[in-house]
Amino acid sequence: MALDDRKSEFTFVGTRPDRPDGLDKVTGRAKFGADMSAPGMLHGAILRSPHAHARIVKIDTSKAEAHKDVKAVVTRADFADVPFKPGLEGEFWNVLENVMAGEKALYDGHAVAAVAASSALAARDALKLIEVEYEVLPHVTDVDKAMAPDAPVIREGAADYSVPEGMHPNVVRYHESGHGDVEAGFAEADLIIEDSFVTEATHQGYIEPHACLGMLGNDGKGELWCTTQGHWIAQKTCAALLGIETSQLRVTASEIGGGFGGKTTVFIEPVALALSRKANRPVKIVMTRSEVFRATGPTASASMDVKIGMKKDGTISAAQGVFRLQGGAFPGAPGDMTAMCAFAPYNLTNVKQIGYDVMSNRPKQAAYRAPGAPMGAFAVESVIDELCKKLGLDPVDVRLKNAAHEGTKASYGPRYERIGLVETLEAAKAHPHYTAPLKPGQGRGISCGFWFNHGGETSVSLALSEDGSAQLMVGTPDIGGSRASMALMAAEVLGIPYENIRVTIADTATLGYNDVSHGSRVTYASGLATIKAAKHAVEKLCERAAAKWDIPVEAVKWENGCAVPSGPNAGDFDPMPLADITADMGRTGGPISGHFEATPEGAGVSFGTHIVDAEVDPETGKTSITRYTVIQDAGKAIHPTYVEGQFQGGAAQGIGWALNEEYIYGEDGRLQNSIFLDYRIPVASDLPMIDTVIVEVPNPGHPFGVRGVGETGIVPPLAAIANAVSNAAGVRMKQLPMSPPRILAALKDNNG
Amino acid sequence: MSKLHVSTTVNGDTVEFLCDPRETLLDCLRDKLNLTGAKEGCGTGDCGACSVTVDGRLVCSCLVLGVEADGKSIETVEGIADGDILHPLQKKFIEHAALQCGICTPGILVAAKSLLEKNPNPTEEETRYWLAGNLCRCTGYDKIIRAVMETAEELREAS
Repeated sequence: MALDDRKSEFTFVGTRPDRPDGLDKVTGRAKFGADMSAPGMLHGAILRSPHAHARIVKIDTSKAEAHKDVKAVVTRADFADVPFKPGLEGEFWNVLENVMAGEKALYDGHAVAAVAASSALAARDALKLIEVEYEVLPHVTDVDKAMAPDAPVIREGAADYSVPEGMHPNVVRYHESGHGDVEAGFAEADLIIEDSFVTEATHQGYIEPHACLGMLGNDGKGELWCTTQGHWIAQKTCAALLGIETSQLRVTASEIGGGFGGKTTVFIEPVALALSRKANRPVKIVMTRSEVFRATGPTASASMDVKIGMKKDGTISAAQGVFRLQGGAFPGAPGDMTAMCAFAPYNLTNVKQIGYDVMSNRPKQAAYRAPGAPMGAFAVESVIDELCKKLGLDPVDVRLKNAAHEGTKASYGPRYERIGLVETLEAAKAHPHYTAPLKPGQGRGISCGFWFNHGGETSVSLALSEDGSAQLMVGTPDIGGSRASMALMAAEVLGIPYENIRVTIADTATLGYNDVSHGSRVTYASGLATIKAAKHAVEKLCERAAAKWDIPVEAVKWENGCAVPSGPNAGDFDPMPLADITADMGRTGGPISGHFEATPEGAGVSFGTHIVDAEVDPETGKTSITRYTVIQDAGKAIHPTYVEGQFQGGAAQGIGWALNEEYIYGEDGRLQNSIFLDYRIPVASDLPMIDTVIVEVPNPGHPFGVRGVGETGIVPPLAAIANAVSNAAGVRMKQLPMSPPRILAALKDNNG
Repeated sequence: MSKLHVSTTVNGDTVEFLCDPRETLLDCLRDKLNLTGAKEGCGTGDCGACSVTVDGRLVCSCLVLGVEADGKSIETVEGIADGDILHPLQKKFIEHAALQCGICTPGILVAAKSLLEKNPNPTEEETRYWLAGNLCRCTGYDKIIRAVMETAEELREAS
């Protein structure tokens, strides 16, 4: 039988059916993290440090333990002894230290103890009975100050091998890359601009707080229900932190109310399990919004210096950048990612980038949609915009002139395969938005953006039922409609209706390891695995048909949901539909399933170009986004409506990051805006409609040409909006967010 | 502290529960009545994920005490559909992909239904301001606004 691995004509892919879980989600029936309960369930609550940096001298839990409603109290002593290692080598230790403080509280909100009680109110009340004696230490929350010689040391020995000698112990990872000779390149430039930029930490801002329900027995066997982007990483991490075998903990992912990278690790899950082990009852923990802000993954804040040389014709002759990222009290700030992505859209002869991962007394940063990339793009694309302005060049033309294409040696090393940056820029140039007239007080900005995309460990199973329907089990939580795209890809291969496929997010006991729903990998990797699993089932279907017809399996092919003879020589048989084969499969060889497990490597890098119009009110400093267009290469859009949704969502988060959102710390090192009233994410009345253009330059690494689309959409907005605002206000904005006070201050300085 | 007895109507059904005076209506709906459609996204009335109506008035149920529900009539997302027939807003939200993760969807549907009952012909601006108390972090609101306005148009044509 012949199975063509590549496909460009589609029956189901590219259509826009209703999502399979739509009904559950519009009726309130869908079960999210906090929606589960269990018989005998207790409620957990976590005591958190009010200090940014303090030695924990003593924790007295006796009063809490004596309370009649309290069934268990845990501190760090109730977790496994996980070995400390420098950098990211000791990530289990880092996560454990973040989940429950050891010798020191490292940030405002750091967990120090937890209780389980008979009700949520009783648990909250019991926290007040725990007495903690702190010795307050000097703290630092700013990235540049954390690198200065006199900065308080967060933790000695946390730096890994990459850090050059002589750096402050808070610098824990170092990255340097590039090619060519930047000094020679700058000597060729007609104009060089060097400038510094700052972005503040923002939160992923998923509307669903972290929530879980755990049960762990003294036999080392456990069950965990939690809202997560990846239940296998939750399984592995919880097992390590509790000292049990990974396979003995079964984790089921709830529906997930947003993640954006912030639910790729654990916070409360090991605590619930530790409390459960001690109380011998199931324990549920649900974070408050304030806990989410204080103790879960904000993105890194950044301080950056970028220098770019350009010739009069717009050719970039050299580019270099230094990117310092602060990621809280643990290694992991993506200074390396920022550095590698910053110049990635361009075909450069001379480029050099340096990234620093710096610790401070803030919560442990977590991934946020293309982690690290938006900050670097903000700095680089702002400088390119300024160069275009000073040299009198069109910003799209200059980007087209320097755009990376197939064969370009990327700023971070490899040579690109087929990519779609040029196509997005050409689409931008041709889009009516780019030439639409602007009103007084308005400015237009554009920016390109890049993200790597990711493959990752993937395991999928597909089982056919006797009636010819199919159940598909994938291991990547459905964050934004991926059940629909999986069913479309399976339908495409099997040739049965989309509606006949039931997609389930399987638990950790049902499939092999699956990497997290991150890295824009779900439609790419779980999609690829779905296609391969469906083809595996089709192979078996063809074998059964061949046996029935008594012809060799090579003489059977699969077409439109039927086995058919592969040619006139194979014999004269009517097409045999899938349901005819499955109807008696029990007697013809047993159940028919398809499986696929791999770590696919061909994710295919992704580029986008955004066009933004902004209007700045000089009286108040308030910025309105008046028009927004996202253009991005999707490779192949499986369900175009959900692809548009990813583009729009990325843009909206970028608008928040650019204009409003920031972590604000007081002199005391405490977070001052830990509720949505003070940490203001964009609301409906803040935004215009967000126009989208889906460019399709097929990814050679996927059977249907898919490139992930989830993350790239947040890379261009910071820069595109900064360019628009700078054009509208007549002053270059170098610090985000461009909140009204910052814009007013910049206008005042400019008018001097 | 002893618990208080509350008798109320939820989606047309008479219900009773005992609650601590500190518990919110949201806590009571979710934990005592097993109506987990309303979500707690913030607990401070900023995100709207817990939106319900009390005697026809749109409120954040996290800002209403459970005891305040006594004698009132509460409508939640679970009561929007008429049996197995979805409300036009629910159908349109699925058709338009006006949800990605779906956590804000119950609150937005309750709020949007309340809007259309008060104003069957809202402008885009009116729709955006009415829903400004309902945070969505996934969609950028584009498809939500379109779904609400298109539903309004269809309901006007049907009536």
